[in-house]
Amino acid sequence: MASNGYNTPGLGSGRHRYESESDVGPTVNSLARLCSKDEDERAASLEELSQGVLACLGSDRLISKQTLLNLLRLSRSCPLQEVRGRATELLHTAQEQGVEVPRALASGPSAFIPAKEMLKEVPDQDILIESFLSVGRVDHITMVMAMHPAYLSCFLRTQHALLEMDGPLPRHWRHYIAVMAAARHHCSYLVQQHSAGFLDAGGEESWLSGLKHAPTKLRSLQTLNKLLAHRPWLITLQHIQELVCPGAEHRWSLAELIHAVILMAHAHSLCSFGWGCGLNPEPNHIGGYTFQLPSPSHLPRSPHSPHSPAHEDGRQELGDGAMEVEVLMQRMVELQQQEEECTQEEMVTRFERERSESIPTTVVREAPPDLVLGLVEEPEFRYEDFAPKGEQSPPTMRAQDYSWEDHGFSLVNRLLPDMGQLLDEKFQVVSNMTYHRMAMHEGVDTHTLRKALWNYIHCLYGIRYDDYDYGSVNVLLERSLKVFVKTMACHPEQTTARVYHAFWRHFRHSEKVHANLIVMEARLQAALLYTLRAITHYMR
Amino acid sequence: MEKMSRVTTAHSSSAISGRTMFCHLDAPANAISVCRDATQVVVAGRNIFKIYALEEEQFVEKLNLRVGRKPSLNFSCADVMWHQMEENLLATAATNGAVVTWNLGKPSRNKQDQLFTEHKRTVNKVCFHPTDVYMLLSGSQDGFMKCFDLRKKESVSTFSGQSESVRDVQFSIKDYFTFAATFENGNVQVWDIRRPDRYERMFTAHTGPVFCCDWHPDDRGWLATGGRDKMVKVWDMTTNRAKEIYCVQTIASVARVKWRPEKKFHLATCSMMVDHNIYVWDVRRPFIPFATFEEHKDVTTGIVWRHQHDPHFLLSGSKDSTLYQHMFKDATRPVDKANPEGLCFGLFGDLAFAAKESLISSDANRKPYPGGDRRYPIFFFKKPDPTEQFAHVSSALSVFETDLDSNRMDWFVKTAQLYLLCGKPFAELCDHNAKVARELKRPQVSTTWTMLRIMFSDPANPTTPGLNHSLSNKLGTLPLMNSFSMKEMGPGMGTESRLERSKGESRQDNAHLEPGILHISNNNEENEETEGSEGQAEYMFGDAELDDDDLYSMEHENQTEEQECTLPQEAFQLRHEIMDNPSAPEHLQQDKADSPHVSGNEAEVTCLTPIESFSLISISQPLFSPHLPASFFCPIVREMLSYYAEQGDVQMAVSVLIVLGDRIRKEIDDLTQEHWYMSYIDLLQRFELWNVSNEVIKLSTCSAITCLNQASTTLHINCSNCKRPMSNKGWICDRCHQCASVCAVCHHVVKGLFVWCQGCSHGGHLEHIMNWLKSSAHCPAGCGHLCEYT
Repeated sequence: MASNGYNTPGLGSGRHRYESESDVGPTVNSLARLCSKDEDERAASLEELSQGVLACLGSDRLISKQTLLNLLRLSRSCPLQEVRGRATELLHTAQEQGVEVPRALASGPSAFIPAKEMLKEVPDQDILIESFLSVGRVDHITMVMAMHPAYLSCFLRTQHALLEMDGPLPRHWRHYIAVMAAARHHCSYLVQQHSAGFLDAGGEESWLSGLKHAPTKLRSLQTLNKLLAHRPWLITLQHIQELVCPGAEHRWSLAELIHAVILMAHAHSLCSFGWGCGLNPEPNHIGGYTFQLPSPSHLPRSPHSPHSPAHEDGRQELGDGAMEVEVLMQRMVELQQQEEECTQEEMVTRFERERSESIPTTVVREAPPDLVLGLVEEPEFRYEDFAPKGEQSPPTMRAQDYSWEDHGFSLVNRLLPDMGQLLDEKFQVVSNMTYHRMAMHEGVDTHTLRKALWNYIHCLYGIRYDDYDYGSVNVLLERSLKVFVKTMACHPEQTTARVYHAFWRHFRHSEKVHANLIVMEARLQAALLYTLRAITHYMR
Repeated sequence: MEKMSRVTTAHSSSAISGRTMFCHLDAPANAISVCRDATQVVVAGRNIFKIYALEEEQFVEKLNLRVGRKPSLNFSCADVMWHQMEENLLATAATNGAVVTWNLGKPSRNKQDQLFTEHKRTVNKVCFHPTDVYMLLSGSQDGFMKCFDLRKKESVSTFSGQSESVRDVQFSIKDYFTFAATFENGNVQVWDIRRPDRYERMFTAHTGPVFCCDWHPDDRGWLATGGRDKMVKVWDMTTNRAKEIYCVQTIASVARVKWRPEKKFHLATCSMMVDHNIYVWDVRRPFIPFATFEEHKDVTTGIVWRHQHDPHFLLSGSKDSTLYQHMFKDATRPVDKANPEGLCFGLFGDLAFAAKESLISSDANRKPYPGGDRRYPIFFFKKPDPTEQFAHVSSALSVFETDLDSNRMDWFVKTAQLYLLCGKPFAELCDHNAKVARELKRPQVSTTWTMLRIMFSDPANPTTPGLNHSLSNKLGTLPLMNSFSMKEMGPGMGTESRLERSKGESRQDNAHLEPGILHISNNNEENEETEGSEGQAEYMFGDAELDDDDLYSMEHENQTEEQECTLPQEAFQLRHEIMDNPSAPEHLQQDKADSPHVSGNEAEVTCLTPIESFSLISISQPLFSPHLPASFFCPIVREMLSYYAEQGDVQMAVSVLIVLGDRIRKEIDDLTQEHWYMSYIDLLQRFELWNVSNEVIKLSTCSAITCLNQASTTLHINCSNCKRPMSNKGWICDRCHQCASVCAVCHHVVKGLFVWCQGCSHGGHLEHIMNWLKSSAHCPAGCGHLCEYT
């Protein structure tokens, strides 16, 4: 996310800005130094930070809300023990002095995964510390992904390259594009993260209040953004032409366009991940903190912010799930041995069946939250199920005719050097990652299961592999898993804890997050493939 | 065409002939293959599987193999191959993982013969054994290669690459048992068909997938590979470790590579993305394609040489749903369009210029080279066909070294050090600086200083003699500088040293260089003699030294040259008497450019010079009438300063600015001044001329500049005891409450100036140390260090 999001107020806290600028100066400085690689330097800045805060307390000066929120964030998420401890201490002192101190509403990074279990499943803290020192913060996304360090490191590399490194688009534009993309999925988490990054990169605050304040060139991305988020198969070379055509007034160069497309697709899929893991707002986000004291009658509970996934306990209906795992294992083994021949028509039918199977995903169509209201055009445009008969359904895309390895990679690398390499690496890591275990079993080859998951998402997006038998999707993916996957990939904002808890009930959380990652990357690749194909056609 | 007649008799069919032609297919093609006698071609794709006959004027559809109402995915072909021994036998690789063989001899409509569904994923490639009728090899996305015996129902052996997808498999043409496989992870493996347990050798050929490979049809050890990294590499497999012997960098990922028959060094490539052309490369000339076929409108997916012994026909299929036959004689030759000249400046101002030999020195004695380079054995030596060779391009590379003295920035350093900017009366400063410039052989600058003195000095001062001297000095050199610049345009190229090269190899041994051409001289001030294209014209370098302005003029002759000669005279332009003067040198140039006989050059110059200087000197006296106020010259001086600054001589601009002081300052806007100052100071600091730089800062009147020396004057010190920064007072530490700096002589705390030795870091009160070191050479602290007070 934002490389150093300190002192950048979240939306709505704009009125605190002046205040914070006036007295937080040294604090901000020491915050930046907190992520120095040098231990002494860190200790010194920590010292300085506490001196500053204590001085403020002593002299009756007002401590800005921003400082308090930063302290709160540090106390919650900093992977360095000493920093976390000191920040908590300072907040405590401040409270004793009668200062109104904010309190984090969420108990951990995810509303679905208990914080304690999360900690248990993160293999080591090193990667978090590394990330804290290089990026300056550890956000909830990072914390959840840290369950899979191999993936996290290449994810962070790609994201850093997308947002911060050399590229055709200016930095604040990149964040704004990400904001636009995240708004499509009502993901206030990402919207706030990137809004902060946007302001940090010197963007104009007014843009955030609505698309109409943004330059025409950015606004012209709206159509592509909309299609990319919900129905990428509709993207044709006309859409590309409109943006790149030399006659257009605010034309995009191909390199800029590719950059924007990858940014959008990245943000869309990250929304899926965010909703799919039930990310809680950061302590300094709206809805992530409160200044009210906890009422004594209530235990601290999950935030009741309307934009974060409600914590419904789906576990009550836990049945005898151990059987399910056994059955699944059995099926995987069978599939690998099976030499069943089936006709061509049967194969097509199976694909169509998977594609058009009605999975009840749409529960409610709630209006987008205020935060993103101004940033979305046509909010009612959504993913749509394919027509069941397959007659009006858009033509399928054959994976053999346009694949990432053969075609997409070359195009991306040509227009945005290195980005192809980074994405390629990320796709490879996610498709090869395995711990050879499933729920309580060790030494399992999960390849077929991962493949089924990946191909199921691509199937939902109309991409068909000639050499894949979609019957196995039906065998391997239980209905509750399909509900989760489809909801998360196609209507991410409707993912609920119930849906999350309903599938794979005996699996570890890290395994569910693994599934999340596969869905997210498969979705990213599907969206990219359609757009890249359109661009290839345009270049022809 | 001798070759071809042999070919046709050998195969007893009608002679291969034809023209560039194409036909529309119904659907995009994925692969094509020809039958052995080169009369038919099979085209396969997702929705097409047809056989076309190659006739004289057109393609004729012979057979549609895609039968059935709803054709199965087994017809969706990723690859196709026609057996080279058995003309009724075809094999296809299907995207659903099936390997299918087809027998054209079957009487039924459906020609499908055998179906192997052993691969789990898409089969990328099928390959028949070149000599064994029944052996078929396949490579699949699932990472396995399988060898089928067509007499059996299933594969006879399976080879596991132990890595990702197999992209290509190719039987070696010469070694019966060997085949090569390429992989998505960049590796190439070589297998023995009899040993399915383990590959014979493996090496990493490319970064990213290796899409294709091809064994050389004649040379048993050569394997060409093409990858997503846009490279084509040729490997010598005869050695212990596969050795890369040639590498061609293309502009897009390489989808197919095919050696050209009968041409040892030629291969054809096509790309999978973006680039639709087919290139034929000579691997020895990797920088430019030998020939290009540009007919396709979408990516080319299949290329095949029509006959295995005929290099003149290439067939190609494409995603644009066309099938082409390309005649080699119709190919475009990119080399014809390539720019044969190159020009580049070196780090130290050297100039390299490469051009066709004929352009540089096409004297009558030199004969054009017949055919290519003799050092390579040419395959068909008897009949060198000019169209089959790379156009003879041997270039000559000339390197123009700059004078050792002038290519350095010595003049800059010397000038900076020697210039006087203040401290003397204005006139003396000007004279001094003029002298400095003159001694450094920069007459134009020198003259400028003199002119400045004349313009701004008190007119009462008798200064005429100096002026006369400098004027004639200037005029003596100026036209010569012109002639120098002119010469660079001449066809002869004034060279200082010349290297001859051809095809990147030194050809020093070829004695076609006349002694007169190779004229190496390191000294620029000597006259050069070079060969012109027609006459034996002689050129001469002027006496003017080659400072870096002049050097520039080689690149932009016209532009700088003009400035070069007109600018000094700008100062005179106001004086109507000599208004026409600037035209003289221009006329001279004109003359020279037009006339092929430039040998008269010298004479012209010498006869022009006296006239010019005469006219100037004769009118120079009345100029000093005291009627003109100094401010009258200000616009001119301003232009002059801007000129110098633009030329890169910001030193001159700033020096004049300082010396003239208030006389000119108001004429130039502050921002420009500041800009000049900053540039000059930056330059000075790069040359580590700290003193000069400080002097300039001090003398500048721009507030932004003078404050440079006032920035960061704070000195932060740490306590010598606890190493913490001392914040409050300089002499006592807040933390450890120790006095940080104690005088080594009197042992009291130093609260004022503290001086310390940089060698042993002992020190104390300034006076105490000074006095101590007057009497003793050793450190007062007794550490034994020999301190020094300077």
